[in-house]
Amino acid sequence: MKDNNCDMEARTEAASAPNGCAVRLTGITKRFGSVTANSNITMDVRRGEVLALLGENGSGKTTLMNMLSGIYYPDEGTIEINGEAASIRSPKDAFDLGIGMIHQHFKLVDVFTAAENIVLGLPGKSSLNMRAVRERILEICKKYGFDVDPDRKVYNMSVSEKQTLEIVKVLYRGADILILDEPTAVLTPQETERLFDVIRNMRADGKSIIIITHKLHEVMEISDRVAILRRGEYITTLETKDADEKTLAEAMVGEKLSLNIDRPEPHGLVKRLEVKGLSCVDPEGVPTLTDISFSAYGGEILGVAGISGCGQRELLESIAGLESTLPGSSVLYYPDDGEPEELIGKSPREIRSLGVALSFVPEDRLGMGLVGSMGMTDNMMLKSYNSGAPVFLHKKDPSALAGSVRDDLGVVTPSLSTPVRRLSGGNVQKVLVGREIAEAPTVLMTAYAVRGLDINTSYAIYKLLNEQKEKGVAVIYVGEDIDVLLELCDRILILCGGVVSGIVDAASATKEEIGLYMTKAGGPSPAPSEKGDDVC
Amino acid sequence: MNTLISWLHSSIIYGTVIMFGALGEILTEKSGHLNLGVPGLMYLGGFAGFAGAFTYERSTDSPSKLLMIIIPLLCAFFAALLGGLLYSFLTVTLRANQNVTGLALTSLGVGVGTFGSARLLSVTGSQSYSVASATSAVYTANLNSVFNLGAFGQILLSYGFLTYAAIALAILMNYFLMHTRRGLNLRAVGEDPGTADAAGINVTLYKYVATCVGGGICGVGGLYYIIEYSSGKWSSQNGLEAIGWLAVALVIFSTWKPKNAIPASYLFALLFWMATNLPTLTGIRISTSVTELLKMTPYVVTILVLVIASTRKKKENQGPASLGRSYFREER
Repeated sequence: MKDNNCDMEARTEAASAPNGCAVRLTGITKRFGSVTANSNITMDVRRGEVLALLGENGSGKTTLMNMLSGIYYPDEGTIEINGEAASIRSPKDAFDLGIGMIHQHFKLVDVFTAAENIVLGLPGKSSLNMRAVRERILEICKKYGFDVDPDRKVYNMSVSEKQTLEIVKVLYRGADILILDEPTAVLTPQETERLFDVIRNMRADGKSIIIITHKLHEVMEISDRVAILRRGEYITTLETKDADEKTLAEAMVGEKLSLNIDRPEPHGLVKRLEVKGLSCVDPEGVPTLTDISFSAYGGEILGVAGISGCGQRELLESIAGLESTLPGSSVLYYPDDGEPEELIGKSPREIRSLGVALSFVPEDRLGMGLVGSMGMTDNMMLKSYNSGAPVFLHKKDPSALAGSVRDDLGVVTPSLSTPVRRLSGGNVQKVLVGREIAEAPTVLMTAYAVRGLDINTSYAIYKLLNEQKEKGVAVIYVGEDIDVLLELCDRILILCGGVVSGIVDAASATKEEIGLYMTKAGGPSPAPSEKGDDVC
Repeated sequence: MNTLISWLHSSIIYGTVIMFGALGEILTEKSGHLNLGVPGLMYLGGFAGFAGAFTYERSTDSPSKLLMIIIPLLCAFFAALLGGLLYSFLTVTLRANQNVTGLALTSLGVGVGTFGSARLLSVTGSQSYSVASATSAVYTANLNSVFNLGAFGQILLSYGFLTYAAIALAILMNYFLMHTRRGLNLRAVGEDPGTADAAGINVTLYKYVATCVGGGICGVGGLYYIIEYSSGKWSSQNGLEAIGWLAVALVIFSTWKPKNAIPASYLFALLFWMATNLPTLTGIRISTSVTELLKMTPYVVTILVLVIASTRKKKENQGPASLGRSYFREER
């Protein structure tokens, strides 16, 4: 009931001040130690609009929004909500002001049900009436067109379901200002469309929505205005209808740039890897990969598309020797000279020494491949500690490598020995990808290499991958952004539920075609089902 | 028959001691804090409770029964609560390593108790122990001694009120954790403090309260051990510390669920007393070395439970996900 009242109050206020701002930030500054994440930011958000917040990695978008949602508290500056000065000292204060944030990393308790997550932290009678909670959830779902099962455990949910749950959660709390931090990063095109429909419904209902994103075409599609941040500073706010992707990108980066990804014609193709009948099961015996067969050639980029969790990780890991496979699986490696070698059964180190490199960027970035509390130099050494004289570590080469990765990729770090955990996400990723490329592999596998990276860095990484391709390296690129896959890769393999649902020529394929392959094993059918994404 | 009854009888009393410790620790661990100071807290509670009882008994010629119950209970609860408060301050506010702090708390609790008991013994002039017999008599007053109901009474009714209070506490705690808002919030704090924080829950407060109250419950377990199990006899070499470790193991044994702690702690105690009772019961003579091996059974079973619980990989049977980790909101 209390939520409803809160809702009502905000409504009446909105009515009394028709042109009022839902949020006004004045002179906001936030520092973390010696790093200034936000510097003197002044901007506003209107009622009933979708505002896109655009900026490169480390430009301070998430930090700024975290101050609205009460995770951080600004060092300087004031926040006004609905025209009144507000001091948001905790997430609870934010809720009370009707601000709800959907974080990039979902804030959900895994072992709880959807309903338990929604009701978490709410005031009310001390004993819980779950039936009433369930009813209200279903009511909200009906109003905006969500699909949530209140009794489903979060660990059984797909990424898209979790995100929906997050949105329902803030609406349940009566939020009028919704902040979405890179909501589409993990969604398929079809899921993104559904999300945008919901966002439009909410805007029509008078709610203010702030959406943080890197994807320019999404900004153009969904937003009314675009606010741009650069290196922690506020640059400008543009009306979306007056802008185009190029001007937005330039405002964001601060310099002229071209938005096309090169795709040099592949030449001198040599077969490098031949995967035949590869199958894996997870510890519970559920198949994760079933009868995967394909070949990868030196001198081309093979893209791998699919909804996250459809076997991408298992595929790369079984090639790299990190995942055990079922009998009958075969991965043949064709060296420049000599007989093809079977990789199944070899240890990860033997496979690496043949020149098969894997860089996997997980959702939390630090989960695989880098040690958060170590500096860049030490992280470079993780792959080379075994070379050189025994017993004592050789720090010189790794330190030189760390230096060149920093300079080539523009890693922003106070020093090479600063723990990588303290760097922003994009910089962490540059370190990870840079290290793998520096190994001069013959097969380079990267997963989500640009996950969460800004335009400039992403392009730097595409360029690096293209250089590797030109050198004759077989590049396997697991990606999330289908637009990028279509532009960068030569061929695209689509996984769905651990099965190869199709291999297409990237130059001629369309986004919709790939989206359908992603959601339906066996490829597009004459009548694509709406619920296709349940397959995974 | 008599052996069987005395086996069950001693198991229920011994099991209740562990149950109090385990319940206190479950509450603490639900907030994401692994308090290895349970042995120290039980020792502290046992000592403070005894000291309260002993002092009150000696201070008056006709002690009131009510005060004889309340004073030791409060002393035990709040002494151990203070221990829990110290632990929370170090691990929640100062974010010290939980394992190290817990172990230090064990040493501290045992140390304070031993030191205090030396003072207490000097009062009576006894070298090794002192007794609060009147208090013990009040605490162990039971229905069976009134009605004398034979074997049934001996097995089920021959205990003091705290024995039944432990079961009630377990059931209450279960209801609290599973069916109330605060219980849900507390579980969320232990699973994922970042999420709980974002949901507007006062993470620090929940951690403090759960750890302090959990400590207090452990302290009552210590009191129960001294007053009921040892019949009100205090000596500094009382074996409370060893029981504290059992309580920590029992938390895992009962997969962090208070309701499971009831059968688990009785089973644990049955196994513990198996070494002494089984040979007499079956009439098989076994050598003392085998007896020592039999005494290991509860620990072996704990390991087996751990193995089974971790192979089944059911998320609900795992400990709180953020157990042992400090939470700092602005960390990045």
